[in-house]
Formats: sequence, structure tokens, C-alpha cells
Amino acid sequence: MTRKSRSPVSSSAERFATGAPTEPGMSLVEDSTHPTHIDRADPSAIQQSPEFVLLRRRLRLFVFPVSLAFFCWYMAFAVLSAYDRGFMKHKVTGEINMGTLFGLLQFVTTLVIALSYRRFADKKLDPQVDIIKELAGAGKE
Amino acid sequence: MTVQLAAGATGNPAINVGIFLAFVAVTLFIVYKVSSSSPTASDYYAAGSAFNGVQNGVALSGDFLSAASFLGISGAIAVHGYDGFLYSVGWVVAWLVALLLIGERLRNTGRFTVGDVMAFRMKQRPVRAAAANATLVITFFYMLAQMAGAGGLIALLLHVQSKGGQALIITGVGAVMVFYVLVGGMKGTTWVQIVKATLLLLCVTLIGVFLLGKFGFSFSQILEHAAQNSPSGERILDPGAWYGKNAITELDFVSLALSLVLGISSLPHVLMRFYTVPNAKEARSSVVWCSWAMVIFYLGILVVGYGATALVGSDTILRAPGGENSAAPLLAFKIGGEVLLGIVCAVAFATILAVVAGLTLAAAASFAHDVYANVVRNGDADPRSEVRVARLTAVVIGCLAIVGGIVANGQNVAFLVSLALALAASANLSTMLYTLYWKRFNTTGTLWSIYGGLASCLVLIIFSPAISGTPTSIVKSVDFHWFPLTNPGIVSIPLSFLCGYLGTVFSKQPADPGKQAEMEVRALTGLGVKL
Repeated sequence: MTRKSRSPVSSSAERFATGAPTEPGMSLVEDSTHPTHIDRADPSAIQQSPEFVLLRRRLRLFVFPVSLAFFCWYMAFAVLSAYDRGFMKHKVTGEINMGTLFGLLQFVTTLVIALSYRRFADKKLDPQVDIIKELAGAGKE
Repeated sequence: MTVQLAAGATGNPAINVGIFLAFVAVTLFIVYKVSSSSPTASDYYAAGSAFNGVQNGVALSGDFLSAASFLGISGAIAVHGYDGFLYSVGWVVAWLVALLLIGERLRNTGRFTVGDVMAFRMKQRPVRAAAANATLVITFFYMLAQMAGAGGLIALLLHVQSKGGQALIITGVGAVMVFYVLVGGMKGTTWVQIVKATLLLLCVTLIGVFLLGKFGFSFSQILEHAAQNSPSGERILDPGAWYGKNAITELDFVSLALSLVLGISSLPHVLMRFYTVPNAKEARSSVVWCSWAMVIFYLGILVVGYGATALVGSDTILRAPGGENSAAPLLAFKIGGEVLLGIVCAVAFATILAVVAGLTLAAAASFAHDVYANVVRNGDADPRSEVRVARLTAVVIGCLAIVGGIVANGQNVAFLVSLALALAASANLSTMLYTLYWKRFNTTGTLWSIYGGLASCLVLIIFSPAISGTPTSIVKSVDFHWFPLTNPGIVSIPLSFLCGYLGTVFSKQPADPGKQAEMEVRALTGLGVKL
């Protein structure tokens, strides 16, 4: 999909592979249930690679604003229900009032956000994760 | 609380028991079939990560669609109308937190428990101990809520009025639940959730569609009849019937809303579900499936709740044994007679059973994996002994749940759940978000945010009107409340974020950059995850 950002594989692969597994940050986890399996690549090197930085930026640029948006939208519903009851009481059609409509709209936006995030993640995040995995020599699972 | 049985309105106990026993038999058989004779830790806690997104999505919805949702919310809508509806909205929206911020990253980082993620780049022992403490407290509150629903339901379902008889039945139910957890582990519990969630969704959808049909497929008609049949009249459709009394109750409403939306993705038994799928993509897909299930379910519940007011009437519901919680069963009896009542009660019971099993497993995993294996044995426990400890813990917790169920009775289960959600959001949410997204976050910050949130929330609950000082409090004889709100979320959730920030800033030990890199890479890409 979005491979334009990808730097030449050979150089990146070398860059990851040079990280020695005995570096301080890479010491084995004290917890035996977490044997670390990043042997061939140094996480710090991956973390600083342009491919990873791009992945993190994409993720954060989607996830943070959208989270903030749905949170505010939901709290607006709650605060209006508590403090502007005159408005929420207002009948829209038949017995269905503003508040009920507002609440049902929350259902709709939730589904829209969930589906659009899945689309975004499938198209923009997963391919980038695959690139990084390939570079780190882990390949696909 | 328990008033005289509304004459004749509770159906035939033989049918009720028959349907319920059939469910128990089928699920016990499934649990027995899927269980392996000597499970590894991964089999036991995470079903070997072998479920797919759809299965886990349905199970995830099952884990959350508890008795609180089915009985509590339909009852809250039937009696309080619009203010009960807030719960549904909050619980649908809440899944976005899990989808966008937590689910996939948690799947990639941890293996069995919430503590895995919190302690990943921190000092293992203190953080794991803190995470386990939070898990146990949250789970205990949540379990009380579930068991509180069981008492009223038994009175309705089996005509058992004596406290002793009810206690005996709760014990029996608890024993079945412990069997699920002991024998089936995560795999068995997940299958029980899938069976139960499917039944519950079908049940609510069918009743909802039937009710709509009865009122000429007009939701507005149902509302009109509900308003005619409620003592609050038209006000049941408007906000404020429950929380609209004064400035304090209004603030309480906002506080409740906050807890509802932030609490779900912090519940240990819900989070643990993410480990039953093999990778982040399946974790994502499971939340999307779960969101669909939630939307369908809560639309159905909205119709069921108002339908119960329209057909049964708020007064009759409040007078029935089990009070508010009995709205859905009474409605079922009204429209479908004994058989439908039997089905609805059996499904509600199955729900309590399955959710308590999930809770027990989460608490057992947290104790065995975080406390025993990593704190007591310092990380080198033999996996076999870890599973043994987990099973032992499950038995102990099962007994506690039985005692809790016998003691707690009559409170609205949805309300009790909201307290558990406030605790979960206070102790876990800030810690999870910081550790996943804030580079500087360190051990001191982690401990401050977990304990700060947990302690402040607990203290505020103890001194709130929910515990003492009002006619609906749990303790009626003495009044020691000074905190005005029944739901502490609006204070304790921001406080835990603040504690985490201050703890990090004032700590002399900086975060470990190597570990942070390892965690971030792993959280975002899944590199380094061992299946």
C-alpha cells in the first residue's frame, strides 16, 4: 500500500542487526514468563528507525484525536442530560425527544468509529507493521 | 426489600428449573469436552491464544453483558426511564476506549494478566503486587454486584422465599461456577460465554422485535404507553427522573457517566479476554464484533425496558420480589407465559454464572501469575505449580462469591456495577494509558496512579451515601457519610491521572529507556511476542 516511505531494505536490516543483545537495555527480563525474543534486532534501533516513527505517528494521529472527539461527544450528551433538561426534553418526533435521539446517535457514531478504525488499521497500520517486521528479520508470524 | 410475591405472576418453577438445568448440562458437557487433562499456564489462562476474532468478540460481549445489563438496565429503564438509558449509552461508547487505545497494545505486550503490561518496563515486584491488589478489589466489587442479582432472581424463579433456601441455591450455583473454572480454565469459560451471549442476544432481540410488533412497529407508541403506565408519567421519558433532584444528584449523574465510559476497558476480566486471540489483528476484530453485539443488545434492552413499563407497569415491578431487577422476567411472563419466563430466567441465571466464572478466573490468574509466580517466587515458579495455585485460588474466590451472594441482596445490580467500574477506571485506566503512551512514566508513577486511584475511590465509596445515610444505603442504622456523590468517578479518575503524573515527575528513578523501547516496539508491532 504505502511503501513510499520505505527506505532501502538492506541498509535498514543491517542497522537493526547490529544491535547486540547484551546491551544494557536489552538484558533479559527478570520475569521468566517474558523471555525476550528480540535477539536479532535491538528494540532501541527499531524504535528510532523512520519506519517505526512513521507507524507511531500514524497511529497516534488517528487514535488520539478520535478518542478525544468521541469522549467529548459522549460527555456532551451526559452533561446536557444533567444540566440542560429543557433542551433534551424537547420532542423531535412523536414521543421521541432530543435526549433519546442524542443517545441513539451515540450508538451510530460508535459503530462508525469502530468500522473506520478497522479500515484504517487494515490499510495503514498493518502493512507498516509488516514492513518493520520484515526489516527486523522476524518475518510474518 | 423482598415483598410478597405478586400472586401467580411467576410461572411454573418446574419449567424454569428444567430450562436452567438444561443449560447447565450443555455447558458442563462443553467444558468437559474442551478441557485438556494437564493444561499449561497458557492453556489455562489464555486458552492457548487459539480463539479467533469472532469467537472472542462474542465472548467479550458475553463477559460484559452481565446480569447488571440484562436485569439491572432493563429494570432501570422500566422504573427510571431516560436516566437508566444513560447506562446503555455509556456501555456502548466505552468499547471505543478498548478498541482505539488499549486492546491491541495490551494483546501484544502482555501474556496473561493486566499486571504483565503494567510491570513490563517497571520494577516487577511492587508493580505486580499493586496490579494484583487492584484486580482483586475490582473483581470483588463486581462479583458482589452479580451475586446480588442472583438472590432476587432465585426468589422469582424457584418460589424460594426463605433466606436459608436461597442461600442453599446460591451455594449450588457457586459450585457449578467453580467447576467451570477449575476444569475448563479459560477455554471452557470462553465457550460458556459464547453459548450464553448468543442466547442472551437472541432472547433480547426476539423480545424486542415482538414488542415493537405489538405496538405497530412504532417506538414512539411504546414510549407513550410507558408514560401512561408510570407514576412519573411523561417525566419517565425525560432526563432527571432519577438523578434530577438537585445540583448534587446532577453532578452524580455526570460522575456516573464518566465511570461508565472509562470503566469497561479497565476491567481485569474483560482485558484478560484479549489474550485468548493470537494477535493484534484478531484483538481488533473481536472488539468490532463486540461493538455490534453491544449496539444490538442495548437497542433491544431499550425496547424491553420501556416495554416492561408499558405492559407491566412500574409499580408492579417495584412490588415484585427482586424489585427493579425483575422487570425483564415479569415482562417475559406477561407476553410469553411460563415458558418464556423460564427461558428468560434461565438465560439471566446463566449470565450470572458465566460472568462470575470469568471474574473468578481473572482474579485467580492475577493472584497465581502476579502474586505467586512473580512476587512470592520472584519469577521462577514452575508453571505447573502456578496453575495449581490458580485453581486453588479459584476455589477460595468461589467460596467468597457464595458468601457475598448470600449477604448482598436487593440493591440494583447496575448501580453496584457502576461502583466497580469507578474503581477499575481509577486504578487501571490511567496506569495503562501512561505506560503505553508516555515515555517518561516510571515505577513510582505506576504505584502512585494505581494506589492513588484505588485508595481514593475506595475511601470515597465508603463515605458516600451509597454506603450510609440515606434510606437506600447498604448500612441503614448509622450515618457516617460526608462525601455527597454516590459515584466517586469524577474525583478519583482525574486524581489517579494526577497521581501518576506527580509520581513520575517527583521520582528520582528515571524510566528505563531500553525497556521502554522494547515495550513500545512490542506494543505497536507485536515483535517479540511469544505465542
